[in-house]
Amino acid sequence: MKIVIVGNSAAAVGCIEAIRQHDKKVEIQVITDEKYHTYSRPGITYLLGKKINEEKMLYRPLDFYKKHAIKTRFETKVTKVDTANKVVITGIGEKIPYDKLLLGTGGIPFVPPIKGRFDHKSVFSYTKWEDAEKVMEVVKTRKKAVVIGAGMIGSKTVEGLSMIGCDVTVVELGKNVLGLALDNTASSMVEARMKEKGVKVLTSNEVTEIYGKDDVEGVIMRDGDEIPCDFVIIAVGVFPNTEMVKGTDIEVNRGIVVNEKMETSAKDVYAAGDCAEGYDVLAEIKRPIPIWPVAYSQGKIAGLNMIGKNAVHQGNFPINAIEFDGVPTISVGITNPDENAGFEVISEKEGNNYRKIVLKDDVVKGAVFVGDLTRSGLITGLIERKEKITEYKDELLGNDLGFVHYKRELRDSKLTQNKNWLE
Amino acid sequence: MKRVYPVEDNCMGCKLCEVACVVEHSESHDILRAYKEEVTPVSRTRVEEKGGVSLSLNCRHCEEPSCVFACISGAMTKNDDGIVLVNEEKCIGCWMCLMSCQYGMIERKMINKTASKCDLCPDREKPACVEACPNRALVFEERN
Ligand SMILES: Cc1cc2nc3c(=O)[nH]c(=O)nc-3n(C[C@H](O)[C@H](O)[C@H](O)COP(=O)(O)OP(=O)(O)OC[C@H]3O[C@@H](n4cnc5c(N)ncnc54)[C@H](O)[C@@H]3O)c2cc1C
Repeated sequence: MKIVIVGNSAAAVGCIEAIRQHDKKVEIQVITDEKYHTYSRPGITYLLGKKINEEKMLYRPLDFYKKHAIKTRFETKVTKVDTANKVVITGIGEKIPYDKLLLGTGGIPFVPPIKGRFDHKSVFSYTKWEDAEKVMEVVKTRKKAVVIGAGMIGSKTVEGLSMIGCDVTVVELGKNVLGLALDNTASSMVEARMKEKGVKVLTSNEVTEIYGKDDVEGVIMRDGDEIPCDFVIIAVGVFPNTEMVKGTDIEVNRGIVVNEKMETSAKDVYAAGDCAEGYDVLAEIKRPIPIWPVAYSQGKIAGLNMIGKNAVHQGNFPINAIEFDGVPTISVGITNPDENAGFEVISEKEGNNYRKIVLKDDVVKGAVFVGDLTRSGLITGLIERKEKITEYKDELLGNDLGFVHYKRELRDSKLTQNKNWLE
Repeated sequence: MKRVYPVEDNCMGCKLCEVACVVEHSESHDILRAYKEEVTPVSRTRVEEKGGVSLSLNCRHCEEPSCVFACISGAMTKNDDGIVLVNEEKCIGCWMCLMSCQYGMIERKMINKTASKCDLCPDREKPACVEACPNRALVFEERN
């Protein structure tokens, strides 16, 4: 049997490590269009900000492929999957056969329709190591940046740029920075920090044009204002990379549709990570959740099923931890509930610390933490287990919440045994 | 593998386990210095209390470690011997692990802004918390 993995990131590594836990022999080949050893994609903003060096970018040690007996094909783009003949076809027309296939192709940066976008060379997206290298070259001589988008990628890029002394303006269409992950209060805490660091934050606004003669000279805002700058980074999010399955029998909605075993609609083809659309247990719909832990765990489940282990994914929900220069934030699940849908919100803000818990019928559905993150993971556990919290509701916002508040049976089963997903 | 298990019926909430943990993971291994070394020294085991119930909890070294799955830098790993460890050199302090751990057993080490968690005391036969417990409320043993 031959397993082919398209992708070399979180989903791929999750798949490889799961397979090799049980099967040291089965042939595995990784195909990736990038040239790098498996790396931390989120690391690219830390690299830019000089918080880490290139060595620390590596997600797994250099002997990773050797240790796991993985055949690698770098700088090889897969352009088509042929499910009838069970081959993937590369950019130069080469056909690579598979018995089981994982698509872990990630996301593609979304580019909004901005006039002048393609006319200038100093306009970048920021989702790859390659992008980081380009931007790091530019900032050697030019320091004035406009970042479009203040979501997770945009905000972390702003942090990186500001740490190396760039003069940064960030433009966000929504009314808040990190608006999707956080709520108003938490967003304004992060925004205040950005401004403290000298970043110009323009929310509820958008760039309509990038201008300049030979290269970028500035941007024009919706309201006509001009902001001169040396380069532009567009970071308004990613959408699932499903290019190679277009016109095949593999079902694609927003992402590649998968079931709880990470199987696509085509036999022996699996998908995981940012390219896939798994089940969101809180929103109760299938949708892509483009975060690292989802990619890893989906890859893992795919791997187990490829070797006949019959593993089922417990479902996903958004979780995020985003620190902006000394202001750590965490968001889990539903953070901005629909007011009329029967949610209850409890919160507390004290100085630089903020906590909010979203409940429905005394079951935790989401949370936001800023500042003190002590034991925030307990809340994630409560969401996962859909546990009624009525008896210890008063403790949810404090630091004293713990297993002592849970039912004794739960404690006994959780703390005294270790189970894995296969049992 | 051997893990540390709490025995809540034996726990008096004395927190000697926390002290032992801080000392063991300090530079000096000296109780007074240890508590002055770090801005706020963090114990990797935590005594929880409510009414008459108390117990000391630390990392479960899960079979399915969500902290490892969530780690974006590769700093958090589960070794071949089953121990879940954070490599502080590699940790970038993103706190993905913190929020993924349903036991809430990863702390932020403020001195170098890295994640901090139980390492089962690699230099000892028995973890320091277990040895320090006067009441056998922490045991180190192999269970299924
Ligand atoms: C700046 C930044 C910061 C982030 N911060 C966080 C964070 O703090 N926490 C978090 O949870 N998530 C974060 N994310 C998101 C996280 O990086 C992604 O969710 C994760 O990388 C998804 O992993 P993946 O394996 O699905 O795909 P990707 O990491 O996108 O990798 C896709 C792989 O597929 C390969 N590939 C794609 N198409 C082809 C093709 N046609 N042929 C061959 N190979 C192909 C690529 O080379 C690559 O190896 C961040 C992302 C960015 C960009």
